[in-house]
Amino acid sequence: MAMTSNKLGQGISEAWVPVRKATAEVSSRWRRAPKWARLVVYLLIVVLAVLAPSQTVGNFMAPQSDWRTVLFYPIGSYILLALGLNVVVGLAGMLDLGYVAFFAIGGYAMAVLGVNYHWSFWEILPAGVAIAALSGVILGAPTLRLRGDYLAIVTLGFGEIIQRVANNLTVTGGPTGISGIPHPPSIGHFSFLTYGVLDPTPYYYLELLMIILVIFVSYRLENSRIGRGWVAIREDEDAAELMGVPTFAFKVWAFAIGASVGGLSGVVYAAKVIAITPENYPLLLSVLILVCVVLGGSGNRIGVILGAFLVAWLPERFRGLANYRILIFGAALVIMMIFRPGGILPAGRRRSELLEGRGGGQHLGGEFDLGQPGAEPEA
Amino acid sequence: MHNFVSQIWPSIVDGTTTGAIYALMALGYTLVYGVLRLINFAHSEVFMVGTFASLFTLHALHINYAPGGIEAIAVFAAITIAAMTASGLVAVGVEYVAYRPLRKRNSSSLANLISAIGMSFFLQEVFALRYGRDLIPFPRILQKNVLFHIGNAEVRSDMVLVVASALVMMFILDRFVNGTRLGRGIRAVAQDASTAVLMGVNIDRVITLTFLLGGVMAGVAAMLYGTFYEVTQYNIGFVIGIKGFTAAVLGGIGNIRGALVGGFALGLIETFGGAIFNAQWIDVVAFSVLVLVLLFRPTGILGESLQRARA
Repeated sequence: MAMTSNKLGQGISEAWVPVRKATAEVSSRWRRAPKWARLVVYLLIVVLAVLAPSQTVGNFMAPQSDWRTVLFYPIGSYILLALGLNVVVGLAGMLDLGYVAFFAIGGYAMAVLGVNYHWSFWEILPAGVAIAALSGVILGAPTLRLRGDYLAIVTLGFGEIIQRVANNLTVTGGPTGISGIPHPPSIGHFSFLTYGVLDPTPYYYLELLMIILVIFVSYRLENSRIGRGWVAIREDEDAAELMGVPTFAFKVWAFAIGASVGGLSGVVYAAKVIAITPENYPLLLSVLILVCVVLGGSGNRIGVILGAFLVAWLPERFRGLANYRILIFGAALVIMMIFRPGGILPAGRRRSELLEGRGGGQHLGGEFDLGQPGAEPEA
Repeated sequence: MHNFVSQIWPSIVDGTTTGAIYALMALGYTLVYGVLRLINFAHSEVFMVGTFASLFTLHALHINYAPGGIEAIAVFAAITIAAMTASGLVAVGVEYVAYRPLRKRNSSSLANLISAIGMSFFLQEVFALRYGRDLIPFPRILQKNVLFHIGNAEVRSDMVLVVASALVMMFILDRFVNGTRLGRGIRAVAQDASTAVLMGVNIDRVITLTFLLGGVMAGVAAMLYGTFYEVTQYNIGFVIGIKGFTAAVLGGIGNIRGALVGGFALGLIETFGGAIFNAQWIDVVAFSVLVLVLLFRPTGILGESLQRARA
């Protein structure tokens, strides 16, 4: 049994070789392309995203549900959340299994401040982001000294605590949650800036703006001192520390930035849906967002966006499969980790912690074969 | 305050009972961690399958009443064996599918954890799709008579069954690991895997055996849970799994006797926390204990005795 399954595994990994070569070729061409060519592609993608809410696109993409609602949630929200989690998991290499907690904190900040204190959306947005970032620091500062898998369990526990606290407190409305959350004030008389009840398109554009902002900020961060520090921490924390990288401070920063994007996404979501309950923030959502990141290629923004889009869109497009999606994602996670641990579009600089490991089965019969799938050459 | 004083003895009795189940679950985490240094996230589903296996055995035997005498012994033997077999097989299956291929290519603990999460969701969904997402009741197969009193607390027959079976199973496991040739293999791998391989220990067999033992313990825990709480559900393992893991960390992960101490300690902390605050805060208390232990004493109460401390 062991023999046959290993043989089979080897056969499948060999079948992957052309796919791997093709994606490596595309990604190296992409990196060598001149700056203006890349800008044109980015602009084209933005134009496509702006045109996305049209009915023609919707007829094809989601014939069984309201495409514009789907674009806002889950697609847009998942992309935003996955981009935030990508900073923590993909760039800094820390596994956060309770990311939904920050989405919930942003949502409850919007709900409590908007309903009880009558703040407007544009005042709550920075406040919600700050609260989420602060809670990220409060959670991160004591726990980030832990090893990777312990951190995963602690964050898992934190996600559960937040949901249960929201369920038990009166200020959060208990199990019935909070309703009557105000919409953002409309700007001028443009239809795409009028935040009403029926039309989800303005919210989608708001979210699109946030996504572009987050992409830009995380791009700048990745290519800064802190971003290089994160990569160093991800690859080998002890070596990074010896080289003078302030590992602890950078890890807290990664956590806070990831948390603030989660909070941002939560504020925008709550401003659209009018009512939230603790059931909007299940553990499952944390896992789905992690699936987005891992499936797409953690550390690679384009991959992560693609992963989030697929995870959010496929169940809507194929409604009959919606019941089976978690089953399929569960199996996909196992299969990905076995055959393509770097994700659909692996990050160029990322290699070690998903391939040649330092934990798990180091001395337990691991064959030290460095020519493993996903180990693309450096750009 | 008077209210709390009257809760002391009942809290001790309840905490010991739930603690026994946590301790059995903690053994699974601790054994696998000791040998592989990884957290078997899918262990909660091993437990879940065990509860379903004992329920299906009851359905197959058409038992929906509390049998007496010889019949009771036969029924309990049947559901225990069914749960142990099912959980043990699932644990070994998880190792085969989710861990072994990764180990062969020397993947990191992060990849192992993600693979285990995938496995865990896969197993949950198989049961959710087949048997629905609602709570499924167990028939009452044990008359829950009050046997005796400790202080002002009633001690029921099912509590005695839970605590006694858990202690017996843990004693057998302790003897097995510390007193047999196979157990020596487990200890050798836990201490130093590469040297153990050089000394001729068949590492794959030891790992399979470790998962099997953890699964069997989870199966017993599942049978006891079904008898005590009389429900199951596709995601029933999640909270029990976190609690079992917390218990393992609390006692000192990788340490078999630590799992026993951690299980009972967590059960007691939790019920007392519930008595002081409110029953709905029980899980928050348990999670907070996990966070606090990891922060201040990551090696747990008894320390990581099977291998050098790494946290």
